[in-house]
Amino acid sequence: MKTALEAVEITPGTHWIGALDPGLREFDIILKTANGTTYNSYCVRGSQGVAVIDTVKASHSDEFFARLEQVARYDEISTIVLNHLEPDHSGALPELMRRAPQAKLYISAKAQLMLKALVRDSELDFTIVQTGDTVTLGDRTLRFFSTPFLHWPDTQCTLLEEQQILFSGDVFGCHFCDARLFNDRVGDFRFSFEYYYQHIMRPFREHVLVALELLEPLTLKLIAPAHGPILREAPRSYVQRYRQLASPLLPNEIGAHDKSLLIFYISSYGNTARMAQAVSEGAETIAGVRVSLYDLQAGGDLPFVDLIEEADGIVIGSPTINGDAVKPVWDLLSSLAVIKVSDKLGGAFGSYGWSGEAINMIEDRLRGLKLRVPVKGVRARLIPAAEELERCHDLGRQLALHLTGSLANRVISMSELLANSHE
Amino acid sequence: MPKANVTFEKLGITVSVPAGTRLIEISEKVGASITYGCREGECGTCIMKITSGMEYMSERSVLENQVLQDNMAGRNDRLACQAQVLGGDISVKA
Repeated sequence: MKTALEAVEITPGTHWIGALDPGLREFDIILKTANGTTYNSYCVRGSQGVAVIDTVKASHSDEFFARLEQVARYDEISTIVLNHLEPDHSGALPELMRRAPQAKLYISAKAQLMLKALVRDSELDFTIVQTGDTVTLGDRTLRFFSTPFLHWPDTQCTLLEEQQILFSGDVFGCHFCDARLFNDRVGDFRFSFEYYYQHIMRPFREHVLVALELLEPLTLKLIAPAHGPILREAPRSYVQRYRQLASPLLPNEIGAHDKSLLIFYISSYGNTARMAQAVSEGAETIAGVRVSLYDLQAGGDLPFVDLIEEADGIVIGSPTINGDAVKPVWDLLSSLAVIKVSDKLGGAFGSYGWSGEAINMIEDRLRGLKLRVPVKGVRARLIPAAEELERCHDLGRQLALHLTGSLANRVISMSELLANSHE
Repeated sequence: MPKANVTFEKLGITVSVPAGTRLIEISEKVGASITYGCREGECGTCIMKITSGMEYMSERSVLENQVLQDNMAGRNDRLACQAQVLGGDISVKA
């Protein structure tokens, strides 16, 4: 692996001036990487100015400045663009602005407060840009595309129009460190690209689809992301891959207007399993709802997370053991951070021996994840009686009615509401 | 006793409540997808968007105003734990 601190020309007049971090094994606590990462920064030279696109993590500033100094003097820098304010891209910004005080900083509107919180310099001057805004470097033009929530509120992409290079920030990036830099020269990084999408972009799938509407029409010769290989060979294939990964698949399986309700349960003596069956049968009485029943004991949570991502509602059944829901339930519920679950419908049920706290705890967690929990869960002591199974049946039915919108526009009084919630 | 009607748009439920009820008392019971934090008007977790009927809500306290500002809340946002409904028809995005 090359270690010399060389700037690398990616197209005439445009250089990679980032930093390599091959020793990194864990990024931001949540991501693993088997071969480090890169903090990609770029320098664009125009006839009337030089632009620096993104910086690097503060700990790698020396490497960044060493490369920058090979291709530009500080007094030539007219423009600094931060596509994303996370510290791994803004770490060297304060020092860069100190060395190039004449440079104008361009960020998205949502980046303002983050900038103030990260740089802590109330005098810092910047210009807000949005989709369609441009900055000229004389014979070269930077055009901005606002792509919020890919993967922070502030994220944007910047197109170097004349060369058709998209500086895409974290979009189309990955944690993969290889000094050969270009996607047609580095090692096989496909799994890193997919892993990065699954953990970083996937929770914002709806925003990815909106951003793709902006980016797909562009003619791109090269995508220069803020992490990982520079995509010069078949750059469009990475855009297409994002489209595939972000597109919902469930409508291919069920009717376009049908709703999907997933029931997950785990059961030690078959009691919670009986309740799950009753919830399922109740939900199935409502047309237009596809009901699926899964035993959490049978497998890990990964395929279930995929299913939940596309479902309209989830119901969780757990016994109460030592005052808590059981671990497989929490494992599932703690795995949902990588997908969007807000506004889905939620519910809970379960059998218990002494106390039955699990149901309330699951409901609280579902509400914490911003699911709607419109129907009070059902608890049954040990073997559920016929009346309790009937209430499970009704829970499923009510949830299914909520999913289909059949209960919309109901008017109830506060006293009815209080009576229902204390059942 | 004067009544207020609070409609939870996403849930499709309208709850008829006595005037003076705090939004949180209703939203919790109705199962709205709102997260609650301190419940004392300090953390800003329970910000809720009022889509109509703001004129029927209690005035913002100094504390609520400050917390909403700190959280970059919009003109139609309120803290569910602080805002009381005073009458009329109110709709919330939840």
